[in-house]
Amino acid sequence: MIDAPTMPSRPIRFFHRGGVVEVDGAAPTRTVLDWLREDARCTGTKEGCNEGDCGACAVVIAELPGSAHATSPELVGGLRLTTTNACIQFLPALDGKALFTVEDLRQGDALHPVQQAMVDCDGSQCGFCTPGFVMSLWATYQHHAARGTRPTRQQLADELSGNLCRCTGYRPILDAGERMFEAPMVALDTAPARAALAAMRSDETFRYTAGDAAFVAPKTLAAFAAERLARPEARIVAGTTDVGLWVNKMFRPLPAMLFIGGVDELRRVERRGGVLSIGAAASLEDAWRALVARWPALTDVWLRFAGVPLRHAGTMGGNVANGSPIGDSAPVLMGLDAAVLLRRGEAVRRLPLARFYTGYMTNRLEAGEFVEAIEVPLDSDAVVRAYKISKRFDCDISAVCAGLAIALDGGVVRVVRLAFGGMAATVARAAGAEAALLGQPWNEAALAAAQAALAADFTPLDDMRASAGYRLQVAQNLLRRFWLETRAERPLASAEVSVFETLRSSAP
Amino acid sequence: MSVGMRLPHESAHLHVAGAAPYIDDLPELAGTLHAALGLSPIAHGRIVGLDLELVRAMPGVVAVLSASDIPGPNDCGPVLHDDPILADGVVQYAGQPVFAVIAETRDQARRAAARAGDAIRTEPLPPILTPEEAHAAQSYVLPPMHLARGDAAAAIAAAPHRLQGTWSVGGQEQFYLEGQISYAIPRENGGMFVHCSTQHPSEMQHLVANCLGLKSHRVQVECRRMGGGFGGKESQSALFACVAAVAAAKLNRPVKLRLDRDDDFLVTGRRHCFRYAYEIGYDGDGRVLGAELTMVSRAGFSADLSGPVMTRAICHFDNAYFLPNVAVHGYSGKTNTQSNTAFRGFGGPQGAIAIENIIDTIARALGKDALDVRRLNFYGAGDTTPYGQPVDDNVIQALVAELETTSRYRARRAEIAAFNATSEVLKRGLALTPVKFGISFNLVHLNQAGALVHVYGDGSVLVNHGGTEMGQGLNTKVAQVVAHALGVPVADVRVTATDTQKIANTSATAASTGSDLNGQAADDAARQIRARLVAFASERYAVEPAQVRFEAGRVDIGLVKTMTFRELVVEAYMARVQLWSDGFYATPGLSWDKDTMQGRPFFYFAYGAAVSEVVVDTLTGEWKLLAAHVLHDAGRSLNPAIDIGQVEGAFIQGMGWLTMEELVWHPNDGSARAGFLHTHAPSTYKIPTANDCPPVFDVRLWKDGLPDGDNRADTIHRSKAAGEPPLLLPFSVFFAIRDAVSAAGGHRIDPPLAAPATSEAILRAVTAVRA
Repeated sequence: MIDAPTMPSRPIRFFHRGGVVEVDGAAPTRTVLDWLREDARCTGTKEGCNEGDCGACAVVIAELPGSAHATSPELVGGLRLTTTNACIQFLPALDGKALFTVEDLRQGDALHPVQQAMVDCDGSQCGFCTPGFVMSLWATYQHHAARGTRPTRQQLADELSGNLCRCTGYRPILDAGERMFEAPMVALDTAPARAALAAMRSDETFRYTAGDAAFVAPKTLAAFAAERLARPEARIVAGTTDVGLWVNKMFRPLPAMLFIGGVDELRRVERRGGVLSIGAAASLEDAWRALVARWPALTDVWLRFAGVPLRHAGTMGGNVANGSPIGDSAPVLMGLDAAVLLRRGEAVRRLPLARFYTGYMTNRLEAGEFVEAIEVPLDSDAVVRAYKISKRFDCDISAVCAGLAIALDGGVVRVVRLAFGGMAATVARAAGAEAALLGQPWNEAALAAAQAALAADFTPLDDMRASAGYRLQVAQNLLRRFWLETRAERPLASAEVSVFETLRSSAP
Repeated sequence: MSVGMRLPHESAHLHVAGAAPYIDDLPELAGTLHAALGLSPIAHGRIVGLDLELVRAMPGVVAVLSASDIPGPNDCGPVLHDDPILADGVVQYAGQPVFAVIAETRDQARRAAARAGDAIRTEPLPPILTPEEAHAAQSYVLPPMHLARGDAAAAIAAAPHRLQGTWSVGGQEQFYLEGQISYAIPRENGGMFVHCSTQHPSEMQHLVANCLGLKSHRVQVECRRMGGGFGGKESQSALFACVAAVAAAKLNRPVKLRLDRDDDFLVTGRRHCFRYAYEIGYDGDGRVLGAELTMVSRAGFSADLSGPVMTRAICHFDNAYFLPNVAVHGYSGKTNTQSNTAFRGFGGPQGAIAIENIIDTIARALGKDALDVRRLNFYGAGDTTPYGQPVDDNVIQALVAELETTSRYRARRAEIAAFNATSEVLKRGLALTPVKFGISFNLVHLNQAGALVHVYGDGSVLVNHGGTEMGQGLNTKVAQVVAHALGVPVADVRVTATDTQKIANTSATAASTGSDLNGQAADDAARQIRARLVAFASERYAVEPAQVRFEAGRVDIGLVKTMTFRELVVEAYMARVQLWSDGFYATPGLSWDKDTMQGRPFFYFAYGAAVSEVVVDTLTGEWKLLAAHVLHDAGRSLNPAIDIGQVEGAFIQGMGWLTMEELVWHPNDGSARAGFLHTHAPSTYKIPTANDCPPVFDVRLWKDGLPDGDNRADTIHRSKAAGEPPLLLPFSVFFAIRDAVSAAGGHRIDPPLAAPATSEAILRAVTAVRA
């Protein structure tokens, strides 16, 4: 346990509304949203769901880019700007960063082009979700303004995947996203925030306590590993996209949090030898972007993984370590034959991801050990596909998610990896189905054998998202889709097997 | 001319800046306490004990209130008195509020209330959860309803073709983005002021007064704006208003009750799911000769608005079709679930989609294009509805004909057939569905409204009316109406918060009647002021009254004088002319006999039609709306931008209802979880997102601005209501999915597809048609 009362502590410091704010005495689990609304009395940011699913609380976080983000596409005037859901962000995670909210946009009475476009296009009705949409559009505006580009309508829809509107049907909001670039550009003056963040920058571990609870944020891998070893009971957090719900919805106590998001080394996604190394604190967005650059066929799962603010806050390392059977990283990574790099103090070991999980939400991590990185081999010649099936395209939890890879030798299956989420207590490879294919010609008979074997490989979940029967049938059918896309004769294009690809390839 | 203009929502510039205050954004008074509700963990049971001491011992708790702390009757039912504010003696659904925690902070209140599972000791009783179980047990919240015309049984028996079946549609959560909230502030002499996010301030006033044992004049309820309502804040804002008020009265401190989203799902009801059993007789062309339909809804544990919802469902089974012989039976099933309530359409969609499904099935059985069968059954000139109202403003044939052409329906039908012939995995589908929707409250007396207009000495105008602003643009439209009547710029007119101390005895802003009723009442008030100004000016400047004209903030007084509106107002004030007025409106010509279900319940009908094209993945059941073409009748639109917004928003919302939005309660398996709503948050209940908006979304208003597009009824500037009718337009999405599924089986088998058509349901139907 972190001994909170005796631990040194300094106030949380961040830049907000033109100056540096210091917060002391607030519980480490105090959310950014509650602080904004109840303490700072900035009520423009709304609470819609209190679990990161509606985007009414979307705000923009700015930080000085570390080595992990030297070339990030989110850079704007020397700052990295990303949206996040204020309702599940804990206040200490803001330390050393800048917070932009809807109150920052107007210059006097003059609306920002994003706001004016929303007015001109009738983008608000009840107006409650509107500040969140405005902030998501503002981030998009800044990113594109900095690069001199404009988003397509499809890209705008993807940027808004984390924002719900119940009134408009979205057409006018998408119109506003196009219209906002038509007004004279209004550049963001990042100098004050940059200067403030530079002055606050420190490699010292940030320690914050209030009452019996503590939040510790090391800045280097070595410091993090040492803290982890000393405090094995502390909960490692990054974007708190899941842990935030433990607090907001389940009222679970979190006496000790070890924040991994401040370790720049662990936020990197980089090629190292023959592998893509995804640091444990790399955001989902950064990780998926790198994976898709190598395997464009993963685009669909990337775009469907949560919503944009959640992908900026959450980490792929957290998604993997959390070990939910319906997390979408693990099936894809297992399909790619990824390994996890586990560190305990100075000791590092490597484990195939397929062997990491031991049961429902349990894994082979030992006390004091943590996931340092995910390593994805890049030299594979396997054909890779990833499929996600859920009730809704955007920001929905999978009924089934599949990461599939196959390599043939003279028409015979030489390598096959079939990983599924939603089909068992853990994400897992389909051993029987793989065995049915290995060494066989990649034809319809082998496919049928593998489909049949799936039924023995898994006992799927059965819940409000999907029945067990549906999950099994879909898993079997996804094998068929995979075969249709990769068979030797007349393989089908993805636009011939996916309703969403159809749209993306045919939309104006 | 300010009516008919495309003006943005009056608060749009505030919405986008986060500067439009909702109740939780208002500065809190010193001493404000926060409430949270302790919810029943089981669906049905006797309360044998409440261990509230363990709740009181939680940090920050000031008080814990239960039913016995309510000074007046423990009731917040809008129609019947079967809705306890806090459960007493028995719990009737999982999520029913049993006690209220009042604490220093909201977080403390919520944490204490979360001890409900430990604090509420119950003895379980067997629950009834589904409409089927309720119907089998003859468990209803209200007596059954029956509407009949002709001899349905005989017509069915004599028909050349017969069709028999069962079907169902799911419920739907309103998912207003702003959850339920009330903020009660004690006033002098035992009075109470309540900020309430509600569509029905008057009812909140009456119910708060009732539970406090006060007369209505001691209670004031105000609502400036809601972050969405959709029917969910018509009656069901009451429980929260009452709890906040009871706590505020007891503790003599301001008390705010803002629900967490999960509690909002668990406590409040939503759109009724419906089960159908039908028998139809039809001829070889597809003409419906006789129809008998039984509908059973899931009312939940109390009546709430389930009776009027069923009435509207029964009155919309005909949709746009003449049914010569028809018998409709409606049962509102009493279940141990949240009490279902109003939701945009209010039973109309559930009634109308039943006949659409039947006609779709008939067309498939006959191998005909469903549009041809629909058209054959459309109301013609001189036809009357089963409830006895002449359809004398029918435009459905012309409207559908235009849409058929502009959407290239026939050509696309052929293109889709060609696509499907060669596409192995993906199948496309197309459907055109019509809408006819009756406008007015079925209950005649609710069709009234009041307004108050003030003209101040500087020429600015303040309007108050009984309607509430929930995003639909009502205040914008009313401002336009008043600006038009007074000949002033819309910018000079401000519409203020709905307030029971300004307009008394208002009806809910519901049934799409907001601008019809309140627009007329405000117009009446403004015209009275104008008439006084005209009389004053004509006398002072000795011109005929007809020569006094108001336009764009200017007043032309014959050829004698031109002055600004403000100048005239100042002169009139100095001459002691009354510059404010009330206004009133009661919709004429309505009648309804609820026993025979006959009369003229609707002032007029709104019409529309939509064509949707979808693509369905036959391997997974995933689908996508590729294009939607909509033609909707808003009469002479008061504000086309707002009406288009209503149509588009309703379309996507209705599409969500029929496809991805699925409510799942724990089944009646004998466990303590039975009846628990599993889909109680946006993580599990999925409403459409931006990517569900079709890339082609062509929405037009039917003959807007053309003389033959005017409402034939004498509505405010000949406009038509636009709130609910468009919710029926996305029937076309559902039937396009059905068409695509049918294509997967070569159009041999009628797809066994009910709503919501989730990917799972679609795949099941694909599997069935291929069997």
